[in-house]
Amino acid sequence: MAGFLPKSGAESTGYRGIVAPLLVPTWVMIGIFLVIPVILMGIYSFLTKEFRGGVIWDFTLAAYDQFFVTRGLFGDEPAQIEWTYINIFWRSIWQAGIATLVCVIVGFPTAWFIATRPPATRSLWLFLITVPYWVNLLIRTVSLKFLIRDTGPLNEFLIGLNLIDAPLPLVNTNLAVQLGLFYSYLPFMVLPIYAAVERYNFALSEAAADLYASRWVTLREIVLPVVKPGIIAGCILVFVPSLGAFLAPDLLGGAKTFMIGSLIEEQFKGSQGNWPFGAAAAMILMTLVLIVLMFYARAAAKGDAP
Amino acid sequence: MAIAIDIRQVVKRYGTATALHGVSMEIADNEFFTLLGPSGCGKTTLLRCIAGFEDVTAGEIRLFGQDIARLEPNQRPVNTVFQQYALFPHMSVIDNVAFGLKMKGFALADRRAQAGKMLEMVHLSDFADRLPAQLSGGQQQRVALARALAPAPKVLLLDEPLSALDLKLRQAMRVELKSLQEATGITFIFVTHDQEEALTMSDRIAVMSQGRVQQIGTAREIYETPVNRFVADFIGETNLLEVSVDAVTDGMASVTLPGGHRLTVPAATGTTGTHHVSIRPERLGLAAMGDLSAVVERVVYLGTDLQLLARLDGGAQVHVRLQNSARIAVPAPGTRIGLTLEEGAARLLAD
Repeated sequence: MAGFLPKSGAESTGYRGIVAPLLVPTWVMIGIFLVIPVILMGIYSFLTKEFRGGVIWDFTLAAYDQFFVTRGLFGDEPAQIEWTYINIFWRSIWQAGIATLVCVIVGFPTAWFIATRPPATRSLWLFLITVPYWVNLLIRTVSLKFLIRDTGPLNEFLIGLNLIDAPLPLVNTNLAVQLGLFYSYLPFMVLPIYAAVERYNFALSEAAADLYASRWVTLREIVLPVVKPGIIAGCILVFVPSLGAFLAPDLLGGAKTFMIGSLIEEQFKGSQGNWPFGAAAAMILMTLVLIVLMFYARAAAKGDAP
Repeated sequence: MAIAIDIRQVVKRYGTATALHGVSMEIADNEFFTLLGPSGCGKTTLLRCIAGFEDVTAGEIRLFGQDIARLEPNQRPVNTVFQQYALFPHMSVIDNVAFGLKMKGFALADRRAQAGKMLEMVHLSDFADRLPAQLSGGQQQRVALARALAPAPKVLLLDEPLSALDLKLRQAMRVELKSLQEATGITFIFVTHDQEEALTMSDRIAVMSQGRVQQIGTAREIYETPVNRFVADFIGETNLLEVSVDAVTDGMASVTLPGGHRLTVPAATGTTGTHHVSIRPERLGLAAMGDLSAVVERVVYLGTDLQLLARLDGGAQVHVRLQNSARIAVPAPGTRIGLTLEEGAARLLAD
């Protein structure tokens, strides 16, 4: 076993000597495909846009100015705060927040159910949770649209039962977008909560009941705090991609449900785009996500991080 | 004395498997009562039925006269010390101990003061603000004890609480548990598979096997007057010899061993026929002309004791335990010896 574990002194050199080369592919991948693109995007956000898409290498704050500041329709009025994009961001945070909340409300009981099955059937349930993910996200989102459109099976079914007279207007609403986000990201909530609940020691619930706690109090005071790291991890895994999602808002929502993801996507599509503006919006989004993650780090430091 | 827990004909079934076959017992107030038996005998199931973690299939569990068998665990004024302690990992030691008081609606200052007293009692006052993970096993054990005692339960249930501790700590905790029980005056129901633990701490012991109570009595009673083979064999060491019972009068039976030896022994049964006699190895002595005669097969040196393996005339093997002393002439293997039975050494069992 000598030299197998990291130790101080001469032996550790040998250990590092083996590990360092093994880490090279990781560093290369992170460097080329993560760090460099982010730096490039940061640089692009300070460049001048070129009209047919692309950029001119002239450094300017124009993209950020366009995002936050307006000078009227013809650019001749005093500077004011531009609310258009801030509103889009705010709406995106709101949409992603609601989708995350719904995912928690549905995901927690689901994860609890799976984790409390006999070990032999647990893997079957987990497998079933992941089955929809074998189908491409675009196709799933389009299918969802067909399902809920005015002449889709859902409305026809409800009309057939005489529960409603006219089809429910579901497509192109916030509800449809939230449904799409919820459907796309639910497993990312279920899996980390499942991992936490599976490790949960059910004797703790017995101990709480033994000490006169009701079921509800046991859930609030014991279960939720103990599995909290799993819930927080799930919330981040759902909230962050929901915030930047563009498929669900594009396909299920309309102009009124325009979200950040779609805004950024548009800037890089065809000749209508504005690369520096798209890059700036992406940088602002990334800053926002980092702030969320910092809150997580602080919450996790209080309890035990997963 | 008042009856704290009265268990009447409690049956517990899991599907087709029966864990408890109509168990009955009365546990007195302020008693240190132990449920003793091998794993799977139903002792933990019975404890969990008293705590309310398991529903009983049939029967009654009365706590000072009130039937609690159908109450939820949080409605029963009994508290449990769990085998693996089950301390709340996200709460400090003092919050763990105060949890039951909080649930009972005590004000913050009151429950802090009461929990502080409990921690003092288990010598953990300096650890009040630590998290359970920062304590050793023995300390966690004492926190679990303080937490269960803090709401002043009428009965304290202990589910093999010492089994996760090392030997030294376990021996120290036995003494501590017993004095804690005497100091608080709370009825303790203690579950263990360790007979030494049971014998040293308990006022009374219920020996259980296969979902049934085999015998209830003081440590001395179950050791010296076991009723059946299971109890005689499970508690301490014994020699079980098959005998035929010729007659039983006034609790004394005259029996014949396979080798033709005849003995008169105290009887736990009134029926004749084939039964077993239990003879404790330390109650047998050597003599030139004894009650039994045998041939020495092996002598095992155990330090404080010597163990003799001898074969009786009828073919049965017996163990004899002799205190190691210079005065004893140790017979060599192959020697014919006589064995004397002390008063009460042998006992006729019910099976």
